[in-house]
Amino acid sequence: MLELKNIQTRYGKIQALKGISMHADPGEIICLIGANGAGKSTVLMTICGITPASRGDIFFKGKNVTHMAPEKIVSLGISQVPEGRRIFPYLTVMENLDMGTFLRKDTKQIKKDLDYVFHLFPILAQRRHQPGGTLSGGEQQMLAISRAIMSRPELLLLDEPSLGLAPMITRQIFDIIRKINQENRTTIVLAAQNANLALKLADRGYVMETGTITLTDTGKHLLANEAVKTAYLGI
Amino acid sequence: MNPEYLTALILGGLTRGSIYALIALGYTMVYGIIQLINFAHGEIYMIGAFTGLIVSTVLTMHGMPGFGVVFFAAAAAIIYACCYGYTLEKIAYKPLRHAPRLSVLISAIGMSLFFQNYVLLAQTSNFLPFPGLIPDFEFWKPYSHVMSATELVIIVTTAIVMVLLTLLIKFTRIGKAMRATSQDKIMASLLGINVNQIISITFIVGSATAAIGGLLIASHTGQINAYMGFLVGIKAFVAAVLGGIGSIPGAVLGAFVLGLSESVFTGYVSSDYEDVFAFLILVLILIFRPSGILGRDQTQKV
Repeated sequence: MLELKNIQTRYGKIQALKGISMHADPGEIICLIGANGAGKSTVLMTICGITPASRGDIFFKGKNVTHMAPEKIVSLGISQVPEGRRIFPYLTVMENLDMGTFLRKDTKQIKKDLDYVFHLFPILAQRRHQPGGTLSGGEQQMLAISRAIMSRPELLLLDEPSLGLAPMITRQIFDIIRKINQENRTTIVLAAQNANLALKLADRGYVMETGTITLTDTGKHLLANEAVKTAYLGI
Repeated sequence: MNPEYLTALILGGLTRGSIYALIALGYTMVYGIIQLINFAHGEIYMIGAFTGLIVSTVLTMHGMPGFGVVFFAAAAAIIYACCYGYTLEKIAYKPLRHAPRLSVLISAIGMSLFFQNYVLLAQTSNFLPFPGLIPDFEFWKPYSHVMSATELVIIVTTAIVMVLLTLLIKFTRIGKAMRATSQDKIMASLLGINVNQIISITFIVGSATAAIGGLLIASHTGQINAYMGFLVGIKAFVAAVLGGIGSIPGAVLGAFVLGLSESVFTGYVSSDYEDVFAFLILVLILIFRPSGILGRDQTQKV
């Protein structure tokens, strides 16, 4: 489904990714863990073409997307919930969700999907005419995930879906991520500092440190790994 | 105080406000989407008026009846101005998309001077008479000295353009994409919106309204020259800042406030200081309400 081969990305003179290779198979949940600044968000932004790779190749569904424009890449079936949620603050909840369907034309299915996200997050249905900027942090995260669901992705990239949220809401969001994965067989790549929950959810995980992948294994094994425990689980 | 005189001033102010509004829209939309004061926007308006003049003269020479002349002149002016607006963005602003804002601003001023001098060379530096495209009918018999047909047409046309634009921005797919792009370009492209295309569309829409403004004011004043875009452009810019730059209802409101106050000031105080008054308003706003009447807070989020 998704494959990165020796990806390097630079921000001017700073090299943020120093040769990342990873892959995700259809229906898998992949988790990227690492400290602040390790390059997790850059990986996701590079996949979508926002910060294009300077070297290496990215394949999505067998197609080389390395040098394609972001809007072309996402039109192949990728959706991202970026760091900081990036809700359009002056668009209403409904309009934010509409933007998720920008590339879709199947009106009937869109209506069904809308019912589906309102079923997942009833609070959004209540607030549908409210500007996105007036929602609380947790509600904005729900809206960001819903907006991504509305684009019916085959590959969903989630960047820190639990950052700054109350534990209750975090758990709810992780449950829903699993649900999306199981119901639609959506492939998921999840970047997280909250390694515990993320690794429990993930089939496989990659550990990142300053722009490189230092370790990769199944979620279970990483949870049991001593180095991961001390560095990311705080045990 | 003579009520008829005041009514005439107010109607005159609305006419002026309409023209400012049509041009201010272009400023505010472009600013909303790429945070650039497009100083060449006034020239797009001037080019619209010149195209209208050329086309209507040629058509009248070939004996076309009045209504057809108006239609084709307007269509040509709008299409021509849109092409200029589109090309302007592609040549002068797009290559500077990631450059510091000052560079783009200087590029804009350069394009403004270029367009003025290009029209000077291609046409003439003299004032050219502009044909009265709008037929002078008497719609309001005993009061026709208070409001002319041209003024009525200007106000009505502006109202129609505003309504259409509001519908476009509020309810269409493109309109929503425009608003989304102005709020967060990265997120917009993550959702599959072609940001460059949206920017082009913004320039085209702004140029179209400016061209309509150019035609209307030219047939109202009856003369045009290569510098006509400069002062009106700056005043429309003042209107956009007054209303809150980046805000579309703000630009319209600012334009009418400026138009009305200029008109009343000219009528009761002095017409010599008309421009001074407009810029005095600008200074006062910048001091007391820098984000404009309807502007959003300029606090930067980090």
